[in-house]
Amino acid sequence: MSEPDFLATQATREEGLDRTGPYLSVDNLTVRFPTADGTVQAVTDLSYSLELGGTLGIVGESGSGKSVSSMAIMGLHDMRRTEMSGSIRVGGREVIGLSNNQLQELRGGEVAMIFQDPLTSLHPFYSIGAQIAEAYRAHNKVSKAKAKAKAVEMLDRVGIPQARSRVDDYPHQFSGGMRQRAMIAMALSNDPKLLIADEPTTALDVTVQAQILDLLQDLQRDFNSAIIIITHDLGVVAEMADQVLVMYAGQAVEHGPCKELLVHPEMPYTWGLLSSVPDVTASTEARLLPIPGNPPSLLHPPDGCPFHPRCTHRDKVPGDLCRTELPLLVQGKRGPEHLKRCHLADPDMIYATEVLPEIAPDLVDLVLGDGIEGSHSAGATGPDEGRG
Amino acid sequence: MFGYVIRRLVSGFLVLIATSVAVFALFFYGPTDPALAYCPETRCTPERLELIRDSLGLERPVVQQYGDYMKGIVAGNDFEAGSIVIPCDAPCLGVSFKLRVNVTDYLLERFPATLSLALGGAAIFLPMGLTMGVFAARRRGTFSDKAIVSSALVINAIPYYLLALLAYLYLISAWEVFPESGYFPLLEDGPVAWAKGLLLAWVMLGIAYSTQYARFSRGSMIESMGEDYVRTARAKGLSDRVVTFKHALRSAIVPVVTIFGLDFAYLIAGTFFTEKIFGIQGIGLTALDAIFTKDLPLISATVLIGATFIVAANIIVDVVYSMIDPRVRL
Repeated sequence: MSEPDFLATQATREEGLDRTGPYLSVDNLTVRFPTADGTVQAVTDLSYSLELGGTLGIVGESGSGKSVSSMAIMGLHDMRRTEMSGSIRVGGREVIGLSNNQLQELRGGEVAMIFQDPLTSLHPFYSIGAQIAEAYRAHNKVSKAKAKAKAVEMLDRVGIPQARSRVDDYPHQFSGGMRQRAMIAMALSNDPKLLIADEPTTALDVTVQAQILDLLQDLQRDFNSAIIIITHDLGVVAEMADQVLVMYAGQAVEHGPCKELLVHPEMPYTWGLLSSVPDVTASTEARLLPIPGNPPSLLHPPDGCPFHPRCTHRDKVPGDLCRTELPLLVQGKRGPEHLKRCHLADPDMIYATEVLPEIAPDLVDLVLGDGIEGSHSAGATGPDEGRG
Repeated sequence: MFGYVIRRLVSGFLVLIATSVAVFALFFYGPTDPALAYCPETRCTPERLELIRDSLGLERPVVQQYGDYMKGIVAGNDFEAGSIVIPCDAPCLGVSFKLRVNVTDYLLERFPATLSLALGGAAIFLPMGLTMGVFAARRRGTFSDKAIVSSALVINAIPYYLLALLAYLYLISAWEVFPESGYFPLLEDGPVAWAKGLLLAWVMLGIAYSTQYARFSRGSMIESMGEDYVRTARAKGLSDRVVTFKHALRSAIVPVVTIFGLDFAYLIAGTFFTEKIFGIQGIGLTALDAIFTKDLPLISATVLIGATFIVAANIIVDVVYSMIDPRVRL
């Protein structure tokens, strides 16, 4: 978040509402779960913002804090077992500290969420229509008949054929893709301004994945909602997002406009993610390089940069810096839009000369050529891609 | 569904046949002679024993006795001994060796006591157990949760007959906190006498079973509260109450229904300890007495009735299950 913006929100915080800032703004969010074994540091000092109509992709491995941070936006954590600090503002309203009743209004109303596995996320004992109608009636005082009509309308809207007759079906009578469509219909039934999609395509067939992503994009155009798409699939990010946030061990490690970040990644963890993506059109010389090791325990995160135990480039940093000091999330050489958390002095050069030739040799020239212009264009991203 | 019920009825019927064969086999090939039970030890001559065997019909081949027994259930089988004729219409479960009465009528007379006991007990333990379980699950890890779980464990650890016996001895006999127990028919003696006589027995059944149901429904509830669809329900903006009862409890209750169906069948098949300790003349006490007097018709009748209840409960539970869970198609 830029300096003047921050001051402006400080000034208006007393009133509780700040209509001028971005629709969603997360500042220094820290989420911790005290357990018998110690405190799980699920999310640490996370900040980002999102405008209406914009799409943020949050990428990371399991346990990187991407779902935890998004559930915090809806106040879905059990506050008796969660320590949360920082600020989450939705439409100018601070979410942390809202009462249960206020949170209920927010959940499914202004902010809606769709989940990874639509089969387990829908109640097996209630019909699809009843579950959508219930979501609608939670936020609109209408009769059951009207709510059911709304359910039919929503199912129709998300492309369920014969919605009128299928509205009474149970989740197990739907296919995987149809169930996810039904979940989307349920989430959108109250015209939410923010839709959080937590790995919405992970449990689906590849062909169905594309349909669901198309549907989300269509609906976003119609409703002008903001979307957070949580995924570990960089293909989904490339397709959907205009901003990307890469998370590792509960922290943001790289953040920037989608194309910029995917073409010029500056953090070895992002390189690792890119190296793990198979590309069907790439030459056969391209190799898949998994990131060595496992994500760190969030009970005892490593000192310094949390990624250093798995980082293959840490020798390039002088001294013991990676092991001893947490790098700040700051802009690199590519302009203020692109933030990275890494000690490497010249990551672009290392990526272009060492990483890229291994994973996508045919792209080296493109990246090197673009790199020269990139420093100019990065500063000139349009307002719709900007960070508010 | 219809076909399924028919199939289950057929297999249930086979279970009952097998049960009756097993009871006969245990009785006749067991270590004791039923006739001895009716032959006074001091004056038991072989002739006298023979006479008793003859009058009980025990001298006939076992297979023939079994055949007669089955015939009685299907078609009725009046019992004649000398000048006395004891009418026994179908379903005839025989005539008691000791009491010389029609077993079917005798048990029908005893059944209301057992049913009253079971219904009253269930009316206490089912809501109490569920409430405690749901309450504990929602406050998982807190003091009230631990208090419920540990007191349930302590009560479960004490043998039920001991608990019931102590309750009877102290609360009725010694301190007279509760009225004297026994069964007073609802229609003849009125609801007050009926309820007073059964009160402590109900409470004891309620306590013993509700602790089990509390632990069981707590576990089931915790499991269902961790389900993805409960998170979805919360994410929809539903109130805590609706999430707990309409979404979480709805699925948590399924295994509880299953257990309850079987438990209730056991209860109406006769509660031995409760009926014995509180002096309630029901099926359980009858069965217990019949075992001591080696009264074959009475024993096999109580066993068969119990087996019928359990078989029926299993079928009913499955049908109810298919009504609760739309994924189950019978």
